[in-house]
Amino acid sequence: MLPGPELRFVNVSRSYGMIAAVSDVRLTIAAGSFVALVGASGSGKSTLLKTVNRLVAPDSGHVEIAGLRSDTQPDHALRRAIGYVFQNIGLFPHMSVADNIGIGLKLRGQADRSARIAEMLALVGLDPALAERMPDALSGGQRQRVGVARALAPASGLLLMDEPFGALDPITRDELGREMRDLHQRLGLTTIMVTHDMAEALLLADRVVVMAGGRIAGNATPTELLAGAGGSEAQALVAVPREQARRLAMMSNPDSGYSGHG
Amino acid sequence: MADSGTFLAALATLGYPLAAHVVLAASALALGLVIALPLVLAARAWPAAGRIALGLASLIQTIPALALLALFYPLLLSLSALVGGGIPALGFLPSLLALALYAVLPILRNGVTGLASLDPALREAADGLGMTASQKLWWIEAPLVAPIVMAGIRTAAVWTIGAATLSTTVGQPSLGDPIFAGLQIQDWTLVLAGCLAAATLALIADGVLALIEWGVAQGRRLPLLAGAAMLALGVSAAVASVAGFGQAASHGRQTITIGAKNFSEQFILARLIGDRLEAAGFTVRYRQGLGSAVIYRALAAGDIDVYVEYAGTLWTNQMARRDVPTRPAMIAAIGAWTQATDGVRVVGPLGFENAYVFAMRQDMARAHGIATIADLTRQAPQLRLGSDLEFLRRPEWQAVQAAYGLRFAASRSYSPTFMYRALASGDVDVITAFSSDGRIAADRLMVLTDPKQAIPGYDALLLVSAAHAHDQRLIAALTPLVGAIPVATMQRANYLVDRDQNKVSPQAVARVLAQDIARRRLAHGFDLHPLAIQHR
Repeated sequence: MLPGPELRFVNVSRSYGMIAAVSDVRLTIAAGSFVALVGASGSGKSTLLKTVNRLVAPDSGHVEIAGLRSDTQPDHALRRAIGYVFQNIGLFPHMSVADNIGIGLKLRGQADRSARIAEMLALVGLDPALAERMPDALSGGQRQRVGVARALAPASGLLLMDEPFGALDPITRDELGREMRDLHQRLGLTTIMVTHDMAEALLLADRVVVMAGGRIAGNATPTELLAGAGGSEAQALVAVPREQARRLAMMSNPDSGYSGHG
Repeated sequence: MADSGTFLAALATLGYPLAAHVVLAASALALGLVIALPLVLAARAWPAAGRIALGLASLIQTIPALALLALFYPLLLSLSALVGGGIPALGFLPSLLALALYAVLPILRNGVTGLASLDPALREAADGLGMTASQKLWWIEAPLVAPIVMAGIRTAAVWTIGAATLSTTVGQPSLGDPIFAGLQIQDWTLVLAGCLAAATLALIADGVLALIEWGVAQGRRLPLLAGAAMLALGVSAAVASVAGFGQAASHGRQTITIGAKNFSEQFILARLIGDRLEAAGFTVRYRQGLGSAVIYRALAAGDIDVYVEYAGTLWTNQMARRDVPTRPAMIAAIGAWTQATDGVRVVGPLGFENAYVFAMRQDMARAHGIATIADLTRQAPQLRLGSDLEFLRRPEWQAVQAAYGLRFAASRSYSPTFMYRALASGDVDVITAFSSDGRIAADRLMVLTDPKQAIPGYDALLLVSAAHAHDQRLIAALTPLVGAIPVATMQRANYLVDRDQNKVSPQAVARVLAQDIARRRLAHGFDLHPLAIQHR
């Protein structure tokens, strides 16, 4: 597995018609870090993520991966070296689990894929017996594990995740989130995860980048954010899980002044 | 109702039409695919182009198949004229083109909607993994849309097999042959046999394609290959047997194609001619049910070799003449015209006329004191006319109106059988009958005379195409028919086929007629064809 590269956004802008989705973003993501991109809907976080593998091409500015501009090679070649996981997963329904996991290897022209497929199944905690199943025979959590295995199979050091756990139930979501953090650590990846859930971001990421109106409104570690740093937009988002935690704590300890459902 | 024996006999005659039907439908479906699949790919790249193509295909679908087939005739004719000839306007080519256009829509629509309904996440995943545009098409989109396209191909196959029966009307043999022949002579056994064969063929094709569709959807080779093998086997068997018919022709025996319009008299005469030519050593093929408008062009173009036409029809339609000379003068003028224009040889008149005549019930005619068209004209404003489907648009009707000033209180169009029934039941008072129709005598109808001779003569003429105009063996085989059939004989023969009870098939009537002709030649002991035209 390649070690995760450093990533630099250099004055990246992208608009859709009159609407600027991303405006002049400058941001450096350290090699090997786990960064959460957080923001409300329409804040530009997903567009910014997709400028990395050029599913969205910037109007101006560029992205550097390990010091190299990403637009110096054909898009498909670039994408083969970047893992991509998204909310709707997009497993190919006419291919078995094993074929789905191996498709990135096939794209590289690798003929002997079975060992790597078995390794990936084990890595994401799936029963080897699932390899010959079709995707429609899997649960939602199993499908996203296959999605992750498919993204990581070509041994890319960079992993992009766009709301990866958005469609999962809370228990699976929590479990998979922790496993991803663990995988990130073990494989030494550089991981960027887009989420609208600040609690998830705080619990999983090394750094949280807050976006608002296509710009970066905050960039801090979870500890700094919980200590009140990172700016007002960031603090508004941090206030939500903090308030939820306070109310849950009060419900379990009514003497502390909890006054009803609100 | 027919017993099972005649039904089996009807089925047994379906071999050649069935083989021709399979070859036509399979070719049309293949051509439809060749047109539709690139359009699907174009629609994928340019959605606007896809919408235009779908709109056009839907538009074509709204044209009735019968009209679409007929429209290709003038289209190909003018195209052929443009490139200096050589494009056949009748038979296989127009049928193929019309049916292929019909097959395009279901394939195109399923392909386009199949691609549009693909989960966008699949394209995002394919892009995210780094697939090129063509890898995305062939690895992801094509396999996922293939079952939907296969379903469209199934629909197209069933439509094509059904609509191919209509290709009979442009002179292409198909399972429409027994259906149209049966409808005209009201031989329901024949109609049923043709329909049943076409329906069975459609069901089998649908079943085999369903097997392939299932194989494609499940990604299983075995059902896919088995289905493809069955298709290949069926189509090649059909091709082989159609080719077999052609080969029988090229090996020593010459094939003569006999044309017939779509009514009993034409079927009987076609068989009478066919039997004589077979006896003379020719291989015979029939193109029955040809429209009145296309049959002479078919002869001129060499698509058919022999048929019986009526003098007045050529005179008013092809030659656009409005004068009415004597019958012998008219026949001589027609012979000269066809020879000069198309090299077509008029062998001679058969001896009877099949003219348009005005006919009434005798009691009615007597009550009104009507014996001629002139008498009729005085009473007509109180009377209702029943005509066949085309008379009121024919030049003969204009000629009668011009000569007599004939005006009816009302007029209705019927297919011939129902026209006679309408007269019998009193729904109409006068009909435009055919003088050789057996029902005139059987229903004891009064035929009104034409004192002003507004309607031209309709002598039945035996016509031979330019290619065979100098074939002595062929002409010798046909010449004995010249002047050999008096109108009473033809009326009796037609009635055997047209009557409601105890119908006899045109083939059987043709044999009776042949015996009758032979008997009279013997009895009279002299040449029965003084009207034969000398050909130079």
